[in-house]
Amino acid sequence: MLALTRPRSRTVSRALILLIAGLALAGCGINTIPRLQERAKASWSEVLNQYQRRADLIPNLVETVKGYAAQESKVLTEVIEARAKATQVQLPPDILTNPDAFKKFQDAQNQLSGALGRLLVVTENYPDLKSNQNFLTLQSQLEGTENRIAIARRDYIAAVQDYNTEIRTIPGRWWRAILYPDAQPMQNFTVAEETTKVPEVKF
Amino acid sequence: MASTPWRFGRILFGFALLLWTGPAAGAEPVYPQLTGRVVDDADLLSAADIAELDAELKALEDKSSDQVVVVTLPSLQDFTIEDYGYQLGRHWGIGTEEKDNGVLLIVAPNERKVRIEVGRGLEPILTDAMSKVVINGAILPRFRTGDYAGGIKEGVKGIELLLTGDTAELAERVKGRHDADDPKIDWLVVIFWTLIILWFIWISLRSTQRSAYRRGGGPIFIPGPGWGGSGGSDWSGGNGGGFSGGGGSFGGGGASGNW
Repeated sequence: MLALTRPRSRTVSRALILLIAGLALAGCGINTIPRLQERAKASWSEVLNQYQRRADLIPNLVETVKGYAAQESKVLTEVIEARAKATQVQLPPDILTNPDAFKKFQDAQNQLSGALGRLLVVTENYPDLKSNQNFLTLQSQLEGTENRIAIARRDYIAAVQDYNTEIRTIPGRWWRAILYPDAQPMQNFTVAEETTKVPEVKF
Repeated sequence: MASTPWRFGRILFGFALLLWTGPAAGAEPVYPQLTGRVVDDADLLSAADIAELDAELKALEDKSSDQVVVVTLPSLQDFTIEDYGYQLGRHWGIGTEEKDNGVLLIVAPNERKVRIEVGRGLEPILTDAMSKVVINGAILPRFRTGDYAGGIKEGVKGIELLLTGDTAELAERVKGRHDADDPKIDWLVVIFWTLIILWFIWISLRSTQRSAYRRGGGPIFIPGPGWGGSGGSDWSGGNGGGFSGGGGSFGGGGASGNW
């Protein structure tokens, strides 16, 4: 398509070599580490986003349940406390590569999942509550959010797996040593936790 | 003597081969073929029903740019319908890549489960709560009496109503579609090539002035951006008769029900 007379200048040949070298290197994975790193970070944001969404739904849910089942104060306070704890967890900037901070975050969210699950079990005993339109809406939103959390976590797990594999296996390992020495392996959700059931929202 | 390293090498090579072909994807569901807007793998619909739904869904896409696909499955392969649904949506890529505006209505009669799976872009319009209303109000009562075709048709009507109900919002969304349909010129590519060409002209002018005698050499060919696969072209839904997804993504929006 583009045909030109070859110029015999040194700068041109040097520029050409640079261009070709750039293209060739892009083909052999020099960009893989940053690309996977960005993907993992984006998946992590999605996880945070969905947990936040769940936390935002809870006050409304608690209010609605209170209207019908005020005597279940133990379960209700448990949910409120777990939510407070989960939203108060400080997320240090290095959370993805810091096992302690990551575990703390994970534990707080798990505790909230557990408390929410118990609350939803309790609501089964209140037929009036179960037919309340507001409650039904909240319940379907919560159900959807739990589903989104599960998917966001799964996407994050896959993204981190790709990234960690890349920096530990051969071409990526070399690139990391040469160019990205600060690319640390990222934390992932533990398998044991992944197999435990997400609180199921039943109708 | 000399054969030992060779044999070792061969064993190593054999191992490498083993590893290469070894791990296959473990828990990946099997997906049906995307044969059209209505994929009736569980045989719940008559040919007339399929034609009617297909026409309706095509009209909806022309009007709102949203891709809605009805799929009936003989089996969920031991996955939950939520789990299967989003993966199927991603696999088919229903909806466009830019707008993620796909919707799946999934019916699994043997598991007695139904789900409306909503693409990320439509989550604010076809919310979880509204999807639930469609399922509980329009679909499940008919499914309970065994009227699958009726339930699916009513469900599609409900989805359609929600997607096109807010006319102001719809106009906005369709306008976005037309913008996306315009042939986009990638200005960066244009500028890149213009600069390269100008630079070459300048260089060759300069070198002809300086050393006119050193001419010759064949033409050269430079690859650059803009070559190779033309990424991101829109899906070929509609006109050609063939139907395909446009790379839309799903993040778990929607609602499920069982009967």
